[in-house]
Amino acid sequence: MRARLEETGYLVDDGLATACFLALRLHRPIFCEGDAGVGKTALASALAGALDAPLIRLQCHEGIDASQALYDWDFPRQLLHLRAAEATGVKDADRLEGELYDRRFLVSRPLLKALETQPSVLLVDEIDRADDEFEAFLLELLSEFSVTIPELGTLRAEVPPVVVLTSNRTREVHDALKRRCLYHWFDHPGFARELAIVRRRLPAVSARLAEQVTTLVQALRSQDLLKPPGVAETIDWARALDALGANEVDAELAVATLGSVLKYREDTERARGLDLAAVLAARGA
Amino acid sequence: MSGVGGGAGWAESGGRGRTDGWGAWDRRSDERDGRARQTGRHESPSRQTDGRTPPARQAGGREAPNGHAERREPETGRAPAADVRGRCVDVPGREGGTAHGGASPGGPVAAPARPAAGARADAALLGFARALRAAGVDASAERVHAFLRAVDVLRTGVRADVYWAGRLTLCGGRDDLERYERVFAACFGDAAPAGRTVTAPRPPRLRLVAREGPVPRTVARNGERPLPPAAALASSAEVLRHRDVAGLDAAERDQLRRLLAAFALRGEVRRTARRRPARRGEVDPHRTVRELLQRGGEPARLLRHTRADRPRRVVVLVDVSGSMAPYADALLRFAHAAARGSRTEVFTVGTRLTRVTRELSHRDVDLAMAALAAAVPDWRGGTRLGELLREFLDRWGQRGMARGAVVVMLSDGWERGDPELLGAQMRRLHRLAHRVIWANPRKARPGYAPLAAGMAAALPSVDAFVEGHSLAALERLAAVVRGAAPAPVEGADRA
Ligand SMILES: Nc1ncnc2c1ncn2[C@@H]1O[C@H](COP(=O)(O)OP(=O)(O)OP(=O)(O)O)[C@@H](O)[C@H]1O
Ligand SMILES: [Mg+2]
Repeated sequence: MRARLEETGYLVDDGLATACFLALRLHRPIFCEGDAGVGKTALASALAGALDAPLIRLQCHEGIDASQALYDWDFPRQLLHLRAAEATGVKDADRLEGELYDRRFLVSRPLLKALETQPSVLLVDEIDRADDEFEAFLLELLSEFSVTIPELGTLRAEVPPVVVLTSNRTREVHDALKRRCLYHWFDHPGFARELAIVRRRLPAVSARLAEQVTTLVQALRSQDLLKPPGVAETIDWARALDALGANEVDAELAVATLGSVLKYREDTERARGLDLAAVLAARGA
Repeated sequence: MSGVGGGAGWAESGGRGRTDGWGAWDRRSDERDGRARQTGRHESPSRQTDGRTPPARQAGGREAPNGHAERREPETGRAPAADVRGRCVDVPGREGGTAHGGASPGGPVAAPARPAAGARADAALLGFARALRAAGVDASAERVHAFLRAVDVLRTGVRADVYWAGRLTLCGGRDDLERYERVFAACFGDAAPAGRTVTAPRPPRLRLVAREGPVPRTVARNGERPLPPAAALASSAEVLRHRDVAGLDAAERDQLRRLLAAFALRGEVRRTARRRPARRGEVDPHRTVRELLQRGGEPARLLRHTRADRPRRVVVLVDVSGSMAPYADALLRFAHAAARGSRTEVFTVGTRLTRVTRELSHRDVDLAMAALAAAVPDWRGGTRLGELLREFLDRWGQRGMARGAVVVMLSDGWERGDPELLGAQMRRLHRLAHRVIWANPRKARPGYAPLAAGMAAALPSVDAFVEGHSLAALERLAAVVRGAAPAPVEGADRA
């Protein structure tokens, strides 16, 4: 499992490897929590790649409901059909209704699509943005892996999709939902692993630059920042410096490009106050 | 964001999977009323999950998650049975039968490879789960069941696998991890599990320096609170509206009480997923089509629907400690008025946490205040906001009371306990609640800065920081609870 994931360019540690293995064996969703940019969303696409299964993504937002997440009826096409039937003189209302609520007028949204597609990886991204009702709805779906549509009947996935849920912890997700899942907390990676990720994602960037950038980000992360940079930012920074033609970075260049890593003015100011040259020197980089 | 992409990317990729011939809709064409019977054929999730080979594991045998099948890592080694038997062995059969019983019948837990020793190992795992519960981790029966199954499909007896199986199935949040670490070490010995340690939660952030300067300005900027003109025209009620409650004489106090009784506190509304028929709003295709059908296809009007709105629950925490004494009476009367809405909960905090919703439900305010005086044991004592907030969250908030609610804290933030604890609990509260509003009667004093350590620690988790010293300020608070925009909070880190 680990090797397959790493083939996709996504590096996993023991914990995450075990989580993925158990998710497949026990058909439990993985519930991913952690700071922004630590690879929660990327895990789902890596799993899809590793299993050679399509990734089906549901992005949550406040007020999301079943018609956006599960299915909806294609109203315009139903109307067209009704008009066409009228034109040909069909008057049997029962028959018409049967035709109108036919599978072909059903629009599958991500959750239904995931049940219909086999195998598949379902990513329910940022569940903390949805509200309580939606959590309850999702809980039901994830325990049965089946859906009942009144007009059509019940659809059950014989092999349930591999499910990844992510949360940025803007809100505590209900425990009943988490209980169904394998809980994995994503820490920021340590130096060695982060460097490995950068090297894997950006093979063209010089080894020295990758090492320096990783060193700097690790140092920034230990600061008390409003938004500590994630792996995503490390990669962005290294890519930006590489695009500038740099093979290595000094304190001056680092400060000039801080915008790739830090998203708040307060954080940038704070970083300016640090002795970045000393940070680089300490690593011997 | 390689590969993940938004919308279109995955929508078409569905073609890669097999979509035909497996999960046929069991259509009941005889049911014309459009309502399906419950089929009653629901398989239990556990039956579904057993005995099927997931796509990645067609090969038999026990593939370890790390990819090396039967090989044992030298550094982990195959732990001797004694090691994972653990020090928290449970008396078999005593542990809530459901957890164990659910897993074993016919299931792989009782596999022949593990006869008596297997039962002993399970007892150790159950003992471990019980120790976790004692330490405050919610390792419920459902979780323990998953734990046993997880251990079973992993390499039995390998310490790191037991560690991860437990951590993944028994923990439900970051707060659990530290406790898990501790209990795991106590039950299975101290060696760091396969080179992996949980980093301690980051120290709470205190950004006092950044905040102290600008905050006092909000007082002045809060434009709608000009000092009432001393003109004789202003009615006495109008003057009273803006007076600091702490400085009122007995007659003024009486008048204030009458004014306070007229209050209503309603939570900000939230859109629910439910929709209701409405004159305006999106077209409701379902009802429109039905009506079309009833009229035999005659063009009919478009029926519309809209989201049903519901006011959010309001939770009020009133500080009744000594430093709040001049304000407590007015604030509790305010809370009484607020509690008339059915979705309001009221607590007092001081040295104890007391739920006073029931006491305040007396319609008559004086009866309510008397009931409350009898119920609250800690008038005018010290303040342990952090500890009490934790108690509130543990006992009520986490289970749902604070979830999605508008939580109002009425306090001056003078914390006798550890401000860091208060900061941490406020962050917890902030994650649960829809909005956290802090009303501080002392905020209106000239030159006020949130210097009280408790106040400073709490502020980053506060969405709206308002005054609370006068009737006008409380009116303003009520508006903020309803969803009016407050003056922005300096230094609050809402991303
Ligand atoms: N373990 C890893 N191996 C390889 N790449 C990684 C790893 N972790 C993170 N990345 C990289 O970091 C980027 C950001 O990750 P991702 O978008 O998944 O973060 P996230 O946790 O979902 O963040 P957010 O909370 O902001 O959505 C990804 O594009 C990926 O390239
Ligand atoms: Mg993400």
